[in-house]
Amino acid sequence: MSVGMSLLAILEDGPSYGLQLKNDFEQRTGGIWPLNVGQVYTTLQRLQRDGLVEAESSNAAESQKIYGITDQGRQRLSDWFREPAADGPPAREGLVLKLVMVTRRNRDDAVGVIQTERRGAVQLLQEYTRLKRETPSDGDLGWLFLLDSLIFTTEARVRWLDSCESRIAASGDTAPQRRPVEPATHAFEHEEVPS
Amino acid sequence: MTLTLELRGVTRVHGSGHTQVDALVNANLSVEPGALVAVMGPSGSGKTTLLSLAGGLEKPTSGEVIVDGTQLGQLSVGHLAALRRRSIGYVFQQFNLIEGLTAVENVSIPLELDGVNRRDASVAAMASLELLGLGSLAKRFPDELSGGEQQRVAIARAVVGERTLLLADEPTGALDTVTGESVLRLMRDHCERGGAGVLVTHDARLAAWADQVVFLRDGRIVDQTESPKGPEELLDRVVM
Ligand SMILES: Nc1ncnc2c1ncn2[C@@H]1O[C@H](COP(=O)(O)OP(=O)(O)O)[C@@H](O)[C@H]1O
Ligand SMILES: [Mg+2]
Repeated sequence: MSVGMSLLAILEDGPSYGLQLKNDFEQRTGGIWPLNVGQVYTTLQRLQRDGLVEAESSNAAESQKIYGITDQGRQRLSDWFREPAADGPPAREGLVLKLVMVTRRNRDDAVGVIQTERRGAVQLLQEYTRLKRETPSDGDLGWLFLLDSLIFTTEARVRWLDSCESRIAASGDTAPQRRPVEPATHAFEHEEVPS
Repeated sequence: MTLTLELRGVTRVHGSGHTQVDALVNANLSVEPGALVAVMGPSGSGKTTLLSLAGGLEKPTSGEVIVDGTQLGQLSVGHLAALRRRSIGYVFQQFNLIEGLTAVENVSIPLELDGVNRRDASVAAMASLELLGLGSLAKRFPDELSGGEQQRVAIARAVVGERTLLLADEPTGALDTVTGESVLRLMRDHCERGGAGVLVTHDARLAAWADQVVFLRDGRIVDQTESPKGPEELLDRVVM
């Protein structure tokens, strides 16, 4: 839904064609979050259905329609800015699953996976940081916010990998045991995997 | 090309017998002119040891430390001290500015110790402070500066003059994210002007400012990043 809200935010500056909205969206997010134009039209139709935008020439082809924000749309947008987003972390991130699964193999496999993933994450951090370096510190704020978000999220992944590694070290020199299958009620007694 | 810093099989052992600690084991590291290298590892992994050895503050148990082509182990105490003053700047976890001196006097001290006359040293010190956006603090004494400002003055002092090798141990420890960034920008500027730097840190976000990141665990270099990727590959990997 945040793409829809972003389109509303752009429409607050004035009515616009779908293609123009796509371009404005990508420009504000530095091109790091590409949208396809079909996705934009689908989102606009949903916003229109909910009464948040209106099309000025409703019979025209989609590419010819000019969209504008409605009063209800403005209200919804200010609600969006006021309310916390409260997005949880992704429920089944691939990397988390990989580490959960590899713990049942031998210790060296697990350490190897952690090392490879940490190297990859730090390389990703280097690239984001390079993009930030190329942006003056008084540059486009939205772009800097976006880069910082990617940087903090990736840093959290590195810290999580470090803590996984420490847990392996603390769990002793023996290979992790294959636990017998237990009733499901026990599964929730273990600490939650940090994200 | 002469490397600015090279560690060849450097080992540092503290104590002996059952109290023996292998603080650094067989470390190899090359830092070219213009490069910023980060050494990343958790507390106790040997980061400070590596930095002290690189700067000639400690002697290796075995192996060689070479700065600008000079083997530190071959130098007399006096020559080592001179090379340290002229070529190496430090930023420590614990910054220690001299209390009775203003910021600009603190920054000019290493130059004066190296024989630069007071006026020239003062001009260079002021330039270094201004690079860090600290020009307006030049006349303040350490107890009139925030912790973050003191740390930044310490960094200005480390890069003042023509020092090639900048060694930094968690240099942004006391600073918030945005202020810390300006410090790292300064370290990068130093490298882009042809200097070189080693940054040791437990923080991946700081390490990512470096061209290369080396991973230290229990005194051993266990991994390092590959050479930088192109932007296309980066965009492929952004997960939304
Ligand atoms: N002077 C010393 N005597 C004995 N052990 C030391 C000394 N200096 C460091 N060590 C040990 O060497 C290891 C590495 O220390 P250090 O280089 O300070 O790590 P880091 O900076 O990564 O936290 C640690 O186990 C530390 O306790
Ligand atoms: Mg240390």
